[in-house]
Amino acid sequence: MKILIVGGGMGGTILANNLARRLNGELKSGGARITMLSASDKHMYQPGLLYLAVGRMTPDELYRDQAGLLEPGIEFHVDPAEEFQLDHNRVKTKSGKLYDYDTLVIATGSRMYPEGIPGLAEHAETFYTEASALKMFKRLQEFQGGRVVIAVGVPHKCPMAPLEITFMLHDYFKDRGLGDKVQLHYTYPINRIHSLENVAKWAAPEFDRLGIAYETFFNIKEVDGKNQILRSEEGAEIKYDLLIAIPAHKGMEVIEKNGLGQNGWIPTDRQKLNMEGRKNVFVLGDTTNIPISKAGSTAHFEADTLGENIAAMVKMGTPVRDYDGKVFCFIEAGKDRATYAMFNYQNPPDPKAPTKAVHWFKMAYNKLYWVSARGLL
Amino acid sequence: MPGKTVVDARGSFCPGPLMELIAALKSCQVGDELEVLSTDRGSANDIPEWVRKVGHEHLATHVEAGVWHITVRKAK
Repeated sequence: MKILIVGGGMGGTILANNLARRLNGELKSGGARITMLSASDKHMYQPGLLYLAVGRMTPDELYRDQAGLLEPGIEFHVDPAEEFQLDHNRVKTKSGKLYDYDTLVIATGSRMYPEGIPGLAEHAETFYTEASALKMFKRLQEFQGGRVVIAVGVPHKCPMAPLEITFMLHDYFKDRGLGDKVQLHYTYPINRIHSLENVAKWAAPEFDRLGIAYETFFNIKEVDGKNQILRSEEGAEIKYDLLIAIPAHKGMEVIEKNGLGQNGWIPTDRQKLNMEGRKNVFVLGDTTNIPISKAGSTAHFEADTLGENIAAMVKMGTPVRDYDGKVFCFIEAGKDRATYAMFNYQNPPDPKAPTKAVHWFKMAYNKLYWVSARGLL
Repeated sequence: MPGKTVVDARGSFCPGPLMELIAALKSCQVGDELEVLSTDRGSANDIPEWVRKVGHEHLATHVEAGVWHITVRKAK
């Protein structure tokens, strides 16, 4: 079986390594072949951007060489896909090469799209790329006081990011002795401060205790940069001195260009993870349109399921289990405390009070990620 | 010709049915109808409340085999 994985992010990398181990014998005998196409020779630990934005990580800590993360036997090419010729079971790349497959996995991820809101890209700080996170940190360093507004677009990568950045900004300014001069003003699109009800119930009293103001039912409409005013679809206005945005995201352009899914999200079966209408095309991570968190852990657990299933299809001709919607998210509650949320399609999360122990576990995971990406954890 | 979009948010705890609706509305035209499918009881209250606040129209809500069907029209 020729397995082609498009995308070298968390989902694609874990899946490739998982499959290479499960299909070790088949790779040696020629019964299976695993090829990965990626746009970059580097692999970024994206959750690290949150720390980069507040000066708690440096850019070099975010990256490893992609080839070095992959098991021997995986063919890796830095040659991004440009045309998905699904009716012919092949993908054409930027270099012009054609890659045939028996099974295709699309894991191209997502990107922030601040351009969708007038004024947002020009006037808000963000932290979803290395360059924007560095720029944001420099703005924070220059900031001497005033109202910092946190604004949230939908959908976005990492559902915990709005809360985490707010807690971390609180501690950042407090450490600089600016606690009394900075007012944090958090906004959120729905009628509570986080989409997960139990997370919102935990976080609201924390915000109250820390003096963080919040406003719900606030969907970003436009930014008036000249007058430093943020306006909502609901008709509210907030004056800001510094605007931090979690912009709405889209899937990658190549998905839209190929007509695989509106806004770059591919319609995907939530249990089998195959692209709707295509039995030999699977979708992982942010790229799916499944209504669950766009998070690394989602991609990770989907990749575990898909690894088992594709290997079983090679060995037995049939998949063995369904993806149950499992997601696990750490939630940083400041510079030295954290909690977590774990849930699936059937069971909502029930986060506990933050502790230092969970924070240190998250700090350890920031390093252990590289073991995770190798498919070992 | 306005269309009807189904937002299948069954089993969604995070980001949740209302967030799925907000995201889906961006891709629709004024006049389009959207039907949200949700297994979350709270959505039956949250969605109409938000829809009214923003100025869209809440057309109907009904429950069928444990799934809430909430229909709205994009009005602006």
